[in-house]
Amino acid sequence: MNDINPVPKRTIQIAGENALIIYFSSQVSEKTANEIKLATLKIQQTLSHYLLDLTPSYASLLVTFDMNKVDHHHLRNELRKLLATIEEVQEAHEQRVIELPVCYDIDFAPELNLIAKHAQISCDEVIRLHQSMIYSVYAIGFAPGFAYLGEVDSKIAMPRLATPRLKVPKGAVAIADRQTAIYPNVSPGGWNIIGCSPVNMFDQNATPTMPVNVGDKVKFNSISKEEFFALGGELPIFND
Amino acid sequence: MTNQNNQIDRSKQRRGLALGFLVKKPGVLSLLQDSGRYGYAQMGLTQGGPADKEAFYWANRLCENNADAAVIEVSVGGIELLAQLDTVLAVTGAVMKLCINSQEMALWRSHHIKAGDTITLDYAQTGLRCYVAVKGGFMVKASFGSVSTVCRESIGGLSGDKLSKNEILPYVEHKALANETLCLLPEQQIPQYGHSAILRTIPSYQQHHFSAFEQRLFYSSEYTVSSDCDRMGYRLQGRAIHSEVSGILSEGICHGAVQIPADGQPIVLINDRQTIGGYPKIGSVISSDTNKLAQLRPTDKVRFTPISMEKAHNIFHLACNKSHKIELLKCK
Repeated sequence: MNDINPVPKRTIQIAGENALIIYFSSQVSEKTANEIKLATLKIQQTLSHYLLDLTPSYASLLVTFDMNKVDHHHLRNELRKLLATIEEVQEAHEQRVIELPVCYDIDFAPELNLIAKHAQISCDEVIRLHQSMIYSVYAIGFAPGFAYLGEVDSKIAMPRLATPRLKVPKGAVAIADRQTAIYPNVSPGGWNIIGCSPVNMFDQNATPTMPVNVGDKVKFNSISKEEFFALGGELPIFND
Repeated sequence: MTNQNNQIDRSKQRRGLALGFLVKKPGVLSLLQDSGRYGYAQMGLTQGGPADKEAFYWANRLCENNADAAVIEVSVGGIELLAQLDTVLAVTGAVMKLCINSQEMALWRSHHIKAGDTITLDYAQTGLRCYVAVKGGFMVKASFGSVSTVCRESIGGLSGDKLSKNEILPYVEHKALANETLCLLPEQQIPQYGHSAILRTIPSYQQHHFSAFEQRLFYSSEYTVSSDCDRMGYRLQGRAIHSEVSGILSEGICHGAVQIPADGQPIVLINDRQTIGGYPKIGSVISSDTNKLAQLRPTDKVRFTPISMEKAHNIFHLACNKSHKIELLKCK
């Protein structure tokens, strides 16, 4: 009952009355993210008649089921069978990279200087490092469309602000530890803002609603202020 | 609720002609809710839906609606509605004084409403939330498959928010037929609301991160509902419970999950909870008992008792079976 590392690879556990949770690994990795993406897709395709919802995250997948259609024993068996058919996912598995434009102009990036100072590098180097990675979408949550991307170069990793902002503008691109994200809407938040993107990360009237899904790959591309506005970006307001 | 009705209704709405209930006073927190929004957790959307599913079920049953029809969840009370069309209405849930044209009427039964009638619900005496249903349900455009309102996400309802003054909640007119009977839930079947609840909990998730001693402490202590309780979660106060870990990799949170943050004070997460989170969870409360929890208010007391998943399923199916078998009494 007190084991320190209780989650071996791919276990299925009870979460609640109508929910099982599949743990794929005890750590975050791109490989795990790919596996979860594939499992989510396969479960959706073959077991959707039993399901109410699927909540993928960093290393797990919460499976919420309809108690009037299936019980946890049967579902667990079905999940186990299905998971057995998912081989360890190879890295180069039909990877779509979604490119998202970001304006890193200093007017749009209140914490750019802070990170540069912290890392003892120039602002341009921070911007270059932020664009140098292809990120995985590890999870979506906190708010509709808020995608947790990882991981940023360790040099530009930065702890959250001591006092969170009450209003982070829509489109703000920010860093917290080794994670980065785009705020889909105005919300409170304590991440370090290093730019803004004109891309709508959650639009309930658009198809698709979101440009990215869990397991997708994302790359940031630097754009100018002019391009930002031309792409429909709104002037971000920072009033801390 | 036919498709055609829906279309007529929507075209009327576009022209600003939809009729139904005119909100004269919105009350403290009144939200449109159907059975909830499922299938969008991958986008970060929570499920919403009625906090007390049992009372919600009876409100629709009494109006002979399908089980998913949209109703108003009135928390605390203080709502006043003006009917613009005839309909049948039923109110279930917390003990709130219901008046139709200033005359007190019974909860847990259906009533004929005529255009021009004023419906008021006073503040809750016992319990916290009432469900106001009309025949056919409220006809509101669904967002992501549901009309359930989640204020934090600005999704659902009429405008993504709680009801406000002068809004109109549209429904389809229903003229009372000659000899049409109304329905009544037999008195012995009416749920009783109090100031305490026993929450049956399935030990699950990170239970192994809590020592046997801490688990025993959790299941033998009484907790008080704090003032920080809403449709997202109920924060409790009492004996602090300690976990061997302060956080975990963020993962999906199911309905009823009992999260233990660093201060050791449990939070029971319900309908509008965040979809993922990184606090360890000691177990999950079954839905029959989150229904009761959602009717409690600050200073009320709860206790947790562990049950197996098998028992939880039995309780769920027996309760479903029982409520489907209950026959409503006919009345005039």
